[in-house]
Amino acid sequence: MSGAPTMGESGTPLYEELGLLDTEYDRVVQLMGRTPTDPELVMFSLMWSEHCSYKHSKPLLTGFPTTGPRVVMGPGENAGAVDVGDGLAIVFKVESHNHPSAVEPFQGAATGVGGIVRDIIAVGAKPIALLDSLRFGTLDSARSRFLFRRAVEGIGHYGNCIGIPNVGGEVQFDERYEDSCLVNAMCVGVVPHDAILSCAARGIGNRLVLIGNRTGRDGIGGASVLASAELGDDDADKRPSVQVGDPFTERKLMDLCQALNHAGLLVALQDLGAAGLTSAASEMASRGGVGLAIDLDRVPLREQGMAPGEVLVSESQERMLAIVEPANMDAVVEMARRHELDATDIGEVTDTGELEALWQGEEVVRIPSPYLTDDVPFYDVPRDAAPPAQPIDLASVAEPGDLGQAWLALMADPNVASKRWVFEQYDQLVGANTMRRPGGDAGVVRIPGTNRAIAVTLDCAEWHTEIDPYAGGMASVLEAARNVACTGAVPIAATDCLNYANPEKGSTGWRLAESIRGMADALTAIGAPIVSGNVSLYNESPRGPIFPTPVVGIVGLLDDASTSIGSAFGRHGDAVLLIGYGEPRVDASRYLGRCDGAPPAPEPATDATLFELLAECARRRLLTSAHDVSEGGLAVALAESCIGGGIGAEVSITPGRRADEAIFGEGGGRVIASCDPAQLDAIAALATDGVTVARIGTVGGDDVAIEAGGSTARVPLSDLARVWEGSIPEALEAQ
Amino acid sequence: MSATRVAVLRFPGTLDHESAARAVEGVGAEPVFTHHEDTALPQGTHAVVIPGGFSYGDHLRPGALASRTPIMAAVTGHAKDGGKVLGICNGFQILCESGLLPGVLRPNASLSFICRQADLEVADSGTPWTGGRLAGEVLSIPFKHHDGAWFGTPGEARVVLRYKGGNPNGSIDKIAGISNLGGNVMGLMPHPEEAQDPLLGSTDGRVLFAALIA
Repeated sequence: MSGAPTMGESGTPLYEELGLLDTEYDRVVQLMGRTPTDPELVMFSLMWSEHCSYKHSKPLLTGFPTTGPRVVMGPGENAGAVDVGDGLAIVFKVESHNHPSAVEPFQGAATGVGGIVRDIIAVGAKPIALLDSLRFGTLDSARSRFLFRRAVEGIGHYGNCIGIPNVGGEVQFDERYEDSCLVNAMCVGVVPHDAILSCAARGIGNRLVLIGNRTGRDGIGGASVLASAELGDDDADKRPSVQVGDPFTERKLMDLCQALNHAGLLVALQDLGAAGLTSAASEMASRGGVGLAIDLDRVPLREQGMAPGEVLVSESQERMLAIVEPANMDAVVEMARRHELDATDIGEVTDTGELEALWQGEEVVRIPSPYLTDDVPFYDVPRDAAPPAQPIDLASVAEPGDLGQAWLALMADPNVASKRWVFEQYDQLVGANTMRRPGGDAGVVRIPGTNRAIAVTLDCAEWHTEIDPYAGGMASVLEAARNVACTGAVPIAATDCLNYANPEKGSTGWRLAESIRGMADALTAIGAPIVSGNVSLYNESPRGPIFPTPVVGIVGLLDDASTSIGSAFGRHGDAVLLIGYGEPRVDASRYLGRCDGAPPAPEPATDATLFELLAECARRRLLTSAHDVSEGGLAVALAESCIGGGIGAEVSITPGRRADEAIFGEGGGRVIASCDPAQLDAIAALATDGVTVARIGTVGGDDVAIEAGGSTARVPLSDLARVWEGSIPEALEAQ
Repeated sequence: MSATRVAVLRFPGTLDHESAARAVEGVGAEPVFTHHEDTALPQGTHAVVIPGGFSYGDHLRPGALASRTPIMAAVTGHAKDGGKVLGICNGFQILCESGLLPGVLRPNASLSFICRQADLEVADSGTPWTGGRLAGEVLSIPFKHHDGAWFGTPGEARVVLRYKGGNPNGSIDKIAGISNLGGNVMGLMPHPEEAQDPLLGSTDGRVLFAALIA
């Protein structure tokens, strides 16, 4: 039976107000064979939003490598898992909370952390590390300073209170992120293989149990209103769509879920994130091939007078949905009580394959759950290629009169400068397993109870991706993996957060498709499959799109934690080495400070060789330090190793086309390392397949000096450190 | 003979109980997790550790709610009998809120959370907590807190540890840790349980745990 669609408050059809297209509404009616009820329509609008359905991106994601000998659980579950030996798996995922953070940065960023942590909890794992990748407008903008300050405070507020160490990440500033800031958070957990939980509901008659916070009106429509549309002038009106976080409850929830899993009381577990109960229940039902019947009157509410549709899609935080055998219900409720949390039986697993909801005794929802999770219409994005980039004519670039001054200016660029102001606001150490803290190439965390460690990082080459999305996708993977490799760890798996503008406009669709292809090829070359990920589209405002920003998280493994390598120089008299491949170029470099030119193409196979060399050096303890050469080129990498060690260095390099390009240029896969000179021959013997090892100088002294073709940049270490450390605090205080 | 028993308290929101327990094991003692609802310390408890974290989510004031729990009455009795109590970070805040140590912990002068490795100078070599180290000797121990600026009358306590160099949080006299006049109750904002292992950069925190069983 089919009737007219419900009209919304504004006089347009309700489905339109909820963000569904005419064609999508028609498809809903066709699938259902009738006019959907209002709660059903609300559910479809959320589940078919870009944020929940990936309707513009999913067809492109199939190109990622997702299998490998270490993969225990690939994409599709709450988070991916890889084997790390000793019967343990590392579980991880990165996720965006961009749009809420642009509207209300403190709660937006805080609940971003809360959401990704629950994804890890849902797999049954114990979270052991957090990372963040943040992008804002430049610090001369009052709004960007506000967003930056408050987002960092929000991450600290939530992450510190739940007791997961924050071990790394990245922060970038560019006017392209002025309206659409990016807040991506990654969580890493550890779990024994035999304790990994799936979200698939199983066992007809088993109970559906809602655990944690009560349900309120916060975050209604977050996934559709906020996350699946461009930002505009009315963003302030969207503030009620941002959720409010309570980290204390999250900590209790984390402890409870681990205790329940440890006691074997859970059949399945799922977190409530975007689209709340609707998304969680339909995912659990579809994945398990069963139905779920929910009695909405049993859902503990925080406020009176909520409509059934609101209960179904509320994004109230700190809630989990579990499947529990009836015989275990009393034990679950008792364990929850001891953790001072609610665990409420709200329904049961059925054999209908349908999602049913009762409200005041009446059926208000009956939808076959695959309609919500699988039958969304997918869209091909237009793929209009941008014209190929042209290399910068070096002759058009003025040579600096004073290389030392140019160096200091580069160190002061907030994109290059120390992010201490950020990471000092985060607890980096809780759990007493953090071996390498933020500020180096990658965070290194001992796997609790073992002698192994993981190295983790988040990175992205957005300028390169804007210029050449295929090569930029590769560069994003390889930069992240190189960071991990510099600690001596072997990159074993990846997660990704694809932050793009509106895919229906301009060349964004092409950039998305091409960068995914580049990432996939690089990941295949280095043997690191993708096990989880997230897509955030519509990061665009009337002022324009963001850079295509494929943030890549890499997890690396150290079989012997004690062999990890830091980025700081350690000893006077150590040899300084340049290890790797490629010629530096000024194109798209921080030195020129603009997204322009044609940066050198990455060589994934050569990077894979470089990673093996670094891992072997770590195993044999040949290196004192290793540090990736990335933004700001060799000069910045050398300065950072010196600042970290509190000791200077003198190096001499080949000038290539020009001294300033050799010193400040970027490109290739290069690492500044140091070693006891007695180890030089052993390290050089490992050079193979396009990777070279060259001694370029010596650690020592109070200055940092680089000579190239007769030109020398020489700056006192204390000056480099002062400028590098002071840049961001001064930019924030000056205003 | 069984190992010396050390009660490691656990409130809702306590975060550092596992690393504190490992540190207790590291000095050869037996850690026993003891919950907020318990009305007595475990049989044979020799000393008590109140680890860091955000007990009760820092609601009201850091440490305020935890200080009113049943277990704290038992800890107070233990301290009055001369038993040793070590409060770390939130544990220090709880000890001040309980009146077992004087003063209060105010928000940092920067009004922000700070996580940093710190050099701590031994200010009073006469308490058991620094293992006979001389005044002026330095321990490298990290701190991480939002409300760590001790405020009070230094003469009402024994100043055991001071921040060396600059004052990171605005505490009176750069105080990082104090004991009661009797010397058996110690509170400090830095985290000795995170300075136990050379892989993590420092082992200087062991001396405070060793003091529990000395």
